[in-house]
Amino acid sequence: MTNSASAPRTLYDKIFDDHVVERQDDGTCLLYIDRHLVHEVTSPQAFEGLRMTGRKVRAPHKTLAVVDHNVPTSDRSLPNPDPESAAQIAALAENVREFGIEYYDGFDRRQGIVHVVGPEQGFTLPGTTIVCGDSHTSTHGAFGALAHGIGTSEVEHVLATQTLIQKKARNMRVTVDGTLPDGVGAKDVVLAIIGTIGTAGGTGYVIEYAGEAIRSLSMEGRMTVCNMSIEGGARAGLVAPDEKAFAYFKDRPKSPKGADWDAAMRYWETLQSDPGAFFDSEIRLDGAALPPIVSWGTSPEDVISVEGLVPDPDLIADETKRSAKKRALAYMGLTAGTKITDIKVDRIFIGSCTNGRIEDLRQAAKVLVGHKVNGNVNAMVVPGSGLVKAQAEAEGLDKIFREAGFDWREPGCSMCLAMNPDRLSPEERCASTSNRNFEGRQGFKGRTHLVSPAMAAAAAVAGHFVDVRQWPFAG
Amino acid sequence: MEKFTVLEGVAAPLKLVNVDTDMIIPKQYLKTIKRTGLGTGLFSEMRYNEDGTENPGFVLNQPAYRNTKILVAGDNFGCGSSREHAPWALLDFGIRCVISTGFADIFYNNCFKNGILPIVVTQDQLDKLFDDAERGANATLTVDLAAQEIRGPDGGAIAFEIDPFRKRCLMEGLDDIGLTLEKETSITRFETTMETTRPWL
Repeated sequence: MTNSASAPRTLYDKIFDDHVVERQDDGTCLLYIDRHLVHEVTSPQAFEGLRMTGRKVRAPHKTLAVVDHNVPTSDRSLPNPDPESAAQIAALAENVREFGIEYYDGFDRRQGIVHVVGPEQGFTLPGTTIVCGDSHTSTHGAFGALAHGIGTSEVEHVLATQTLIQKKARNMRVTVDGTLPDGVGAKDVVLAIIGTIGTAGGTGYVIEYAGEAIRSLSMEGRMTVCNMSIEGGARAGLVAPDEKAFAYFKDRPKSPKGADWDAAMRYWETLQSDPGAFFDSEIRLDGAALPPIVSWGTSPEDVISVEGLVPDPDLIADETKRSAKKRALAYMGLTAGTKITDIKVDRIFIGSCTNGRIEDLRQAAKVLVGHKVNGNVNAMVVPGSGLVKAQAEAEGLDKIFREAGFDWREPGCSMCLAMNPDRLSPEERCASTSNRNFEGRQGFKGRTHLVSPAMAAAAAVAGHFVDVRQWPFAG
Repeated sequence: MEKFTVLEGVAAPLKLVNVDTDMIIPKQYLKTIKRTGLGTGLFSEMRYNEDGTENPGFVLNQPAYRNTKILVAGDNFGCGSSREHAPWALLDFGIRCVISTGFADIFYNNCFKNGILPIVVTQDQLDKLFDDAERGANATLTVDLAAQEIRGPDGGAIAFEIDPFRKRCLMEGLDDIGLTLEKETSITRFETTMETTRPWL
C-alpha cells in the first residue's frame, strides 16, 4: 500500500498504512475505521442526517453507544431534572434502536464515560482505528490504537461508510526518561508535556509517547497521558502496546478469544516503531525531575510546579501572549507571585475520562485514609463507569471517600464539562482531575485548576494546594 | 452544503489567542438535536452579561459588526473539544470564513464539512487584517476561494494555501458521504481482505 514498505516506519505509520482503503495522488486517503464510539451529545444530528438521506449504518456491530455527557450523577431512579438532556438521551435510545446499535443506557452497570467503557469492554484493541465524536478519543491510543475525535459530520460519515477521509499527520515522539518520583504520576507527566510543547504544539501531529517513565505507567496511567494529547493540540497519542497492554485485554468481554487471540497477539507484537523510524519532531523530558503540577490559568499549557508561584505575565515579551495570560489571571482571580500552595479551593472534582478509573480512585483514596475534607470544601468523586464504581466499592474505596466527606456519585462526564447539574458557581475555585481549565468549562465564571487525583485529594483535606510528596500534611 | 466561491463582507477582529470551542459555543447549547439555531449562543459567555443582556464591549455586539461574515482571530483558534456545534454556531450567525495564524485540527476539519473556509495566514498578514477589520464596515474584505486570495479594502491581496481536495469540495458544495459511497467496491474489498488478515476484528 505504501511505496516505502521496507523503510523503517513509526507505529502511527503502520496502523495508518494497514487501514488505507484508497489513496489519492494528493495524499488524501480513505481510512477504514474498526471501532466507533457514540454518545448522546454529538450524534443526534448524524443519525438525523442518515434518516434524511435514507442511508443505513454500514456495520452496526462496529459501533458501541453509551450515554455519558448529560446523565445526572445523582440517583438515576429519579426523573432527569433537565428536559433538554432527557430529550437528547431519549433521542440516542431511539436512534440506536432504529439503526441496530449496541447501547449502554443509564441503568446498565457497564454504562460510563465512552473512553472508560471502550477499553473496559475490550471494544478498544491494539492496532485498531477508533473514532468518536469527542476529542478525548485520543485516550485509546494508550493501547496502541490510532484513536481520535471527530465532528458530527464525520460521525455520520463513519456510520454510513465505516471510513473517514483523512490525510496523514506528521510524527512526533515525546520521550519521558527516568523514574517518576513518589507522588508524581501520569497526570503530572502529561501536564508537564503540554507545558513544554504548548497547547498548539502538537497540532498536525500524532504523538507517540515513549521512554522509561511512560513504559512504567499502568494502562490507566497511559490512558491519562494519551487522553490529554488533544490539550497539546495532537488529535491522537500513542503508546506502543506491550505485555501490560496485552494482559489488560485478556478475557475482556469483547476481546478476541482462542485462536483469534493468538492471531491477534502475533499482530499486536509488531505494533511498535521500527528502529530508525523518522519522527518529524522529538521532545525529551526527564521524568525523575518532575514535580506535582498545578495549572494556574485558563489554558492547559498554563502549568507550574506545586512549589512554584503564579507567574508574572508582565515578564512575557510577546504582546498577544502577555495580554492572554493577564486575562487568564484576571479570570482566575489570582495575583502574580502568589505561592501555589497558598491558593485556597472551594470544590474538588475527582473523575472524568482523564482520571476516573480505578487506579485514579485508589491514588486519591490512599491520600484520604484517616483524613477529613476541609470544612470550607465541597468534594465529589465520580467514577468513570459503573464497573469502576463496583470495583471501587468492592475494594472499600467508597467508604474511604465517604468517611472523608466526599460525595460518592453515579458514573458520567459530570463536572468535567458541566453539561449535567454538576457545575461550579461563578468564581468558585476547583481542584479538578479533569482535562480542561478553559473559561466557563466547569460552570459560568468557574475557576479550574488541573491536578492529579492524589493532589486533588490532598487539596480537599488541606483546603488549599499542598505538595503531595510531603503527605501526610500536618497543617 | 452551500457552495463557497467568493465571499465579501465585514470582518470582525477577535484579538484573542487559543479561542477554544467552549468559548465559541458553551455547553448549555450542546443539548440541541438540530444543527441550526445556534447563532444566538455564539461566544455567549463573552457576548452576554449575566442577566442575559448584550455586553456592548464585545465586538459582535457593536453596530459595525452585527453582519459580520468573516472572523479574524488570534492563533490556535478552535482548540478544545470536537463539538461541531462550534462551526454550526458561526454559520448560523452568518460567519463563513475564519482567518487566523493557526487552527486546531478537529475544528479546522469540521469547518469544511459545513461550507466554512478557515484560512491560515502569517502573523504579519494577520496584523494587517486586524487593522482592516478594525475599520469595520468601512473596510470590507473579499475572500476569493478560486483565486486563493483575500483582497483588502486598499487593493492589497493576500494569497493563501488550501488543500486541493478540500477546495474542490467547498467550491462545489460536495457531499463527502456521497463521494465515499461511490467507493463502495473498494470498501467491501478492504473488509473482505481484513477478514483474513485480522479475523479477530
